[in-house]
Amino acid sequence: MEKKHLAYFSILLVGLLLIIRLFYIQIIDTKYKPSPLNNSAIAVKYDYPERGFIYDRNGVLIVANQPSYDIMIVPRDVKPLDTLEFCRLLKISKKDFLKKYKKSRIYSPRIPSVFLAQLSKNDYAYLQEKMYKYKGFFIQKRTLRQYPLKSAANVLGYIGEVNNALLSKNSYYQQGELIGINGVEKQYEEALRGVKGVKFIQRNRFNKEIGPYKGGVYDTLATVGKDVTITLDIKLQKYAEDLMANKRGGIVAIEPSTGEILSLVSSPTYDPNLLVGRERSKNYTRLFLDKDNNPLYDRSLLAQYPPGSPFKIINALIALQEQVITTETPFYCHGGFRYGRSSKAFMKCHCGTHGAPVKLDKGIYKSCNSYFANTYKKIIEKYPTSSEGMKVWSDHVKSFGLGNFLNNDLSTGVKGIVPDENLYNRFYPNFKWGASTTISNAIGQGEILTTPIQLANMTAIVANKGLYYTPHIIKKIDNKPIKIDKFTTPKRTTIDSKYFPPIIEGMFHVIENPGGTARWSRVEGIEICGKTGTAENSHGQDHSIFVAFAPKDNPKIAIAVFVENGYWGSRWAGPIATLMIEKYLNGQTNRPREEKRMYEGSLQDEYDKQLLKIALEKETK
Amino acid sequence: MRKRQNNIFAGIDWILVLFFIVLIFLGWINIYAASVTNTSGEILDFSTRYGKQIQWIGLSLVLIIIIISIDAKFYERFSGVFYIASMLSLAGLFVFGTSVNGATSWYNLGFSSIQPSEFSKVATALALANFLNEPNRDLSNFKTQLSTFLILLIPAVLITLQPDAGSALIYFSLIFVLYREGLPAYYLIIGFLAIFLFLITLTLGFKSSIIIIFSLITLLIVYLLNTKKFHLNREWPKVLILYAVIGFFLFSVDYVFNNIFEQRHRDRFSIVLGENSDTKGIGYNTNQSMITIGSGGLTGKGFLEGDRTQGSFVPEQDTDYIFSTVGEEWGFIGSSAVIIIFIAFILRIIRVAERQKSKFSRVFGYSIATIFFFHFMINIGMVIGLLPTIGIPLPFFSYGGSSLWGFTILLFIFIRLDADRTYEW
Repeated sequence: MEKKHLAYFSILLVGLLLIIRLFYIQIIDTKYKPSPLNNSAIAVKYDYPERGFIYDRNGVLIVANQPSYDIMIVPRDVKPLDTLEFCRLLKISKKDFLKKYKKSRIYSPRIPSVFLAQLSKNDYAYLQEKMYKYKGFFIQKRTLRQYPLKSAANVLGYIGEVNNALLSKNSYYQQGELIGINGVEKQYEEALRGVKGVKFIQRNRFNKEIGPYKGGVYDTLATVGKDVTITLDIKLQKYAEDLMANKRGGIVAIEPSTGEILSLVSSPTYDPNLLVGRERSKNYTRLFLDKDNNPLYDRSLLAQYPPGSPFKIINALIALQEQVITTETPFYCHGGFRYGRSSKAFMKCHCGTHGAPVKLDKGIYKSCNSYFANTYKKIIEKYPTSSEGMKVWSDHVKSFGLGNFLNNDLSTGVKGIVPDENLYNRFYPNFKWGASTTISNAIGQGEILTTPIQLANMTAIVANKGLYYTPHIIKKIDNKPIKIDKFTTPKRTTIDSKYFPPIIEGMFHVIENPGGTARWSRVEGIEICGKTGTAENSHGQDHSIFVAFAPKDNPKIAIAVFVENGYWGSRWAGPIATLMIEKYLNGQTNRPREEKRMYEGSLQDEYDKQLLKIALEKETK
Repeated sequence: MRKRQNNIFAGIDWILVLFFIVLIFLGWINIYAASVTNTSGEILDFSTRYGKQIQWIGLSLVLIIIIISIDAKFYERFSGVFYIASMLSLAGLFVFGTSVNGATSWYNLGFSSIQPSEFSKVATALALANFLNEPNRDLSNFKTQLSTFLILLIPAVLITLQPDAGSALIYFSLIFVLYREGLPAYYLIIGFLAIFLFLITLTLGFKSSIIIIFSLITLLIVYLLNTKKFHLNREWPKVLILYAVIGFFLFSVDYVFNNIFEQRHRDRFSIVLGENSDTKGIGYNTNQSMITIGSGGLTGKGFLEGDRTQGSFVPEQDTDYIFSTVGEEWGFIGSSAVIIIFIAFILRIIRVAERQKSKFSRVFGYSIATIFFFHFMINIGMVIGLLPTIGIPLPFFSYGGSSLWGFTILLFIFIRLDADRTYEW
């Protein structure tokens, strides 16, 4: 009977072992529990929603969609096919075919990826008939961007295939999917793209789809992308782009009362439709390689220029705030300012006052270098050491949003430079530097660098008498106004608002006073306050700069215009800025001659000359 | 002849019949789940696997009636004829058989195929029972041992040659029956030791295992010397022989595994020993079946809800891998229940075998218990990755007419024998 019990025992033991093993693989070990997403029994299909439209502040459609068709591939399912015919239909070479096949295979043999992107409508119609012959390939409909107005390429950005770095970071995207790469498309990607729908489809081991997985309970519907309204006035933007034809530079216009960006122009620009469709990468390469014009470089946000004379406004405000001058303090100019003993230590001035007393108002509208050199010297020398003086000055300047990112919602930007005591202590470690050493700061030259958007913001600050709203591009998402604290809370400068009116008056006289530097840009019926600038440029002709806001009371627009190598402020930047103001406030200009001159004016000669000069310099080295 | 003939169901062990019904029912449900498609229609659609299985089950009922109606004595008396006929049918395969998956195990009868190895189990069990039933059989006697081994060896060799090593293994398992009937225990002990040493050599390699085993033996000898029951000066030849035999065994395992086994054999072992995790090639079946079972969780996904079963990811899922369907759709609870039912079923057979007065019935009972048990253990062990891939069916569960009939005949002959146990013949 012992043997009988041994048999019972062995059988029970085996049963127990099997149950323990089952417990292990069914309850404890998680490696045998695949999620629906990487379960090979389930095919995942995406339903791409239409990307949201983009409208300008007046509801004009700027970015729309057009249908596009991608050839998708599931390498594992590909069966031997008539490659020659297939290549001919797709208009690719056999070599391309093999390359693309290999690429998709490396990405995943199982997950669909884009084999050939963005077929034309005609190709699609023809191919659709024949698709049944090519196992493992299918056509996926997507939407492509379309830009009816061919404008604002730098603001809108573009969409392109998501790159590998992002693929590994963000699990939402699959290879070959599109994502906003720049500008508004990038900044507001999530709102614009919507949420793609997912369908799980049960299939058998031959990969044949045999119906919805679990009756479709895990499937999600696609959510259509939200429409986005931006602050741009597309009419003004287009106008500015046209005015900037054949000229390089950047323009930024802001609504001072809100910080909304009305236009953001970088010239030369490109037709945004170039970066759409199958020609995208070819066009992109062409634009990218055009290093002379550099159309992909957003000058309104990235180009750092010396601000030149408009910076004198800030110096004047600091001096008033520090009470080193009053509006009545006179300085005298004899064709320049001597800041050292050597004959070279002389800053020239073309204000033409010939020793007559220059007070604040005249200092501004005549843009007198001597006046501001004296003013700057007084600020720095108010304090016992230059370091302290420089720190006070630098902090005031920085409160205008210069020398730092504005923390806006644009996809790119640079800080610019505002020098401070540390910078000069580094520059002159063994040298006692002072106001004279840094006298270029008085007239916006030297170490200081600003971008057009920073200067436009500075102009808005003056228009607002000391406060500003961070410039931003978003207005509405899904037709609901966007309230973002950082855009709706005003930021104050360190200058009391009572010091602004005399400055504004001076800027008004720049245009109104017969002796003002921009009197030729006067516009009948609009009270414009402005300031010309001519920034020296080591490579060639001076840059033409103009900042302005209008109307004088209750300003609606603040603007900064940089025209590279445009000689002097009132030659190009002044007319362009005032024409834009006119266009924005009145809807049209009554200075057609000036407008025509801007449309037709070209600085190409200047750029060619400069290119030649740089080339020669290189050669002599 | 006897009163019983008025009622062929008199004395039937209804518990075993109930087990049979439950297992057949559960088996068919899972075959249905594993082979149903969206397009298939009714249950009796004979173009489908589950439809055919219904047919086999129906025909097996006819078989049962026939088996039950025949006098128990018949099976004993004609066991030799059955045995010879079935050995001939196995041998005939080499001439008339057809190959499926590389094994020539089938006769193609046109309307259906028949696998004689499923039936030769019955014949061998009957022959074994009949041989040991002779009054003067003593399994401690070497001549008897030799003859009984021969009875098992003939079908085993014929089947191995097909080649269908899995089925052949079942015949070797009948050694356990011989042990019950008086075969000395050292056959089993040596057998187990050999298997143990075999596995050790495969996992650790020849050098490490020989060092470990020799150290263990040396320790044992040192211990025995301390107990003073063992004297080296008398027993040293035995010790030397022990070392030599074990050393030679380990060496030959290593040699056979690496030089005589084909790669596919080696792969099957290395997967179970965890040395090889190739989930795409040779390990694909086991890996898929484990994922499928694992995805069932505690309660399973529900009948016909197993997405991996519906997607037919596990090869041979309605035959050898049928248990993965149970695991996926009925979860840990369902699959444990099936195991418990099988264990209870086998224990019941042993219990019934033990109450037999005739040695013939008892040996036969133990034989079928062993056959069921080894099918059950090897099949489920393989499906859940405990044993190498050995393709044998799970009794009453796996799709297939021959195996269903084979198991049905085994069980009901025994039920017939048991029903007649009160009569002396």
